[in-house]
Amino acid sequence: MSDTTKIGAAAPLARRAVLKGGAAAAALVAAPAIVRGADPAPIKIGILQPVTGALAMDGEFGRSGAELGVADVNAAGGIKSLGGAKFEIVFGDARSNPEAGVQEVERMQAEGVAAIVGGFASPICLATTQAAARYDLPYIVDVGVSDQIISRGLKNTFRFAPGFGICTRAAIDNLVRINDAAGKPAKTVALVHEDGLFGSGLAKLMATELPKHGFEILETIAIPTPSRDLSNVVLRLRTLNADLVIPSTYYGETVLLARTMQQQRVRPKAVYSVLNGAASNMRFVREFPEAAEKIMDCNHWHDPRNAKNAALRQRVEAGGKQWNYNTPLNYSCVALLADAIDRAGSTDRAKIIAALAASTFAGHLMPYGPTRFENGQNMGAAPVSTQVQDGAIKVVYPDAFADAKPVFPVRA
Amino acid sequence: MYPLPIIAEAVLNGLLTGSVYALLALGLTLVYGVLHIINFAHGAFLALAMFGVWSLNAGLGLDPYLAILPLTALFFAIGYATQRWIIGPASHGDDGNILLVTLGVSIVIENVLLAVFRSDTRTLQTDYSFNVFEIGPLLVSQARVFGFAGALLVTLALWLLLSRTDAGKAIRAVAKEKLGARLSGIDVAHVYAVTFGVGCATLAVAACLLMPTFYVNPRVGGAFVLVAFTIVVLGGMGSIPGALIGGLVIGVVESLSGLFLGESLGQIGIFLIFILVLLFRPTGLFGARA
Repeated sequence: MSDTTKIGAAAPLARRAVLKGGAAAAALVAAPAIVRGADPAPIKIGILQPVTGALAMDGEFGRSGAELGVADVNAAGGIKSLGGAKFEIVFGDARSNPEAGVQEVERMQAEGVAAIVGGFASPICLATTQAAARYDLPYIVDVGVSDQIISRGLKNTFRFAPGFGICTRAAIDNLVRINDAAGKPAKTVALVHEDGLFGSGLAKLMATELPKHGFEILETIAIPTPSRDLSNVVLRLRTLNADLVIPSTYYGETVLLARTMQQQRVRPKAVYSVLNGAASNMRFVREFPEAAEKIMDCNHWHDPRNAKNAALRQRVEAGGKQWNYNTPLNYSCVALLADAIDRAGSTDRAKIIAALAASTFAGHLMPYGPTRFENGQNMGAAPVSTQVQDGAIKVVYPDAFADAKPVFPVRA
Repeated sequence: MYPLPIIAEAVLNGLLTGSVYALLALGLTLVYGVLHIINFAHGAFLALAMFGVWSLNAGLGLDPYLAILPLTALFFAIGYATQRWIIGPASHGDDGNILLVTLGVSIVIENVLLAVFRSDTRTLQTDYSFNVFEIGPLLVSQARVFGFAGALLVTLALWLLLSRTDAGKAIRAVAKEKLGARLSGIDVAHVYAVTFGVGCATLAVAACLLMPTFYVNPRVGGAFVLVAFTIVVLGGMGSIPGALIGGLVIGVVESLSGLFLGESLGQIGIFLIFILVLLFRPTGLFGARA
């Protein structure tokens, strides 16, 4: 019972804090009128990531990218059409759940942000974009692959990265092309997928699409998350002796699968994963170099031919942080937003939304073409096929962005 | 139908996995059999122990098998303290309270782990992680064979402790007749705490045997604890041989049903057995005395 009184006591405090924040925001808005002619008022933008909880690792990757993106926009002279106005970050922590994400959107709205960037996970993005839509607040989704995010007709929502539909289509196309180029060595496939929405959906799609390209699906193996032991799955893979193993699993199970396959000496012609939890994660490669070697993945990744990425990566790592695809992706989202606000010539939300919708921004770090939004989805975006080669994650397809040739088949 | 070597290997895999399950069930069944505590914090203590193994390896480079000694001692102490100064006093002798207290302890442990280690999945790499014994066409993971041997040794040690030592005699006396034990001069609170400590110590051993092949995150206990409860019921509440046999049976059943029905459905086999045992032999395989 004492809990209730505590909560009751905390509420007026929170209200006071909100009032204080509101007053501060009002003061900030009023300030430029007095000091006009000096520095233009900064433009607040919300950087929303899950930096605590289950998704904290990814949230940190994204936040550090967005931070550097803002630093670079400001260092380059801010928003030119607004007299060199600088970006000012309002950080938000979605605490790895949609409700907390929505709370942070409300707070950012109260603080008067011009736009929000981030979200990372699909459930968070679904909720936060909707919350932002109530205020016509422009929202750039960084990762969130669920296609529901952009299919609800929300005018404020823009997704810079490719979604599930684009990724799976590209994954199949890339695989067919890589296999064709090598003289079609792979004919049979074993699918291993986690039995949730993500893995099952992907496996079903693969099972219908791959046979159209001449692949034979030998078996579809569902595994629970978490799995205690994958010895039997690997045993079946050994009996099946499929040319290709396609895992759609989360980090823990992918690591377990790769390690068990290595131990049981199951060596298919290739392991080709799609949007995998581990195969495009440097930690997996660093901790299990042998198990990870030559595993392929179709996923988000930066454009290795863009020299800016190497420089950015150095800055990230010099700051003691780690590099993952979320970093350049969020950096690029901030740059995309800066470009849109510059063209809009205003922080008016409707004008920013219109400028984003008409964006042809090409100064990003991702392996995408020029930006072109169609119903909020960047149609210029695409995933790439990567492969772990000598302890590094290399882009092997498409050729336009590749920094290595695919080793396919890994074994004859 | 699969060829015979594959089935043989699946059975072998099941036995190896089952031995680890047995080890986890041992602590649970001991605590239940003596203290009549259904310990919901069992999984959380396992996660804590696994992080202990991981930290010793990542921080000091200590081999997981060498970590068995210090961690067993440490977890005995942790278990002793938890029962003596948290669960015991907080429960006021009411079984319903004990249930809630252990649940509370598990929530606290899991969230502390979450705060300290984040939710990352961690693994440790040893030189022998990928070594195998080649037995004919079978490739058997060395780490899992060590796990199997370890589980048998711990079972034996626990059985000897209970049947051959004074401490064991005191534990059995308290289990059978608490008041009588107290009247004959046994410090019941101490025996309770010792038993809980031994239960936690077996978890430390299990964690050391698991880590060379498994991963750890703060919620890892959940993957094992439900199976451990099933084994305790199957083997008979409080029965040491029951936990061992039950663990091995569950391991093989899970392995074979995984092979024939698929990994997702493989779990059905375990719970089918669980229901059948409850229907036809509610005291479990070895639970006549319970």
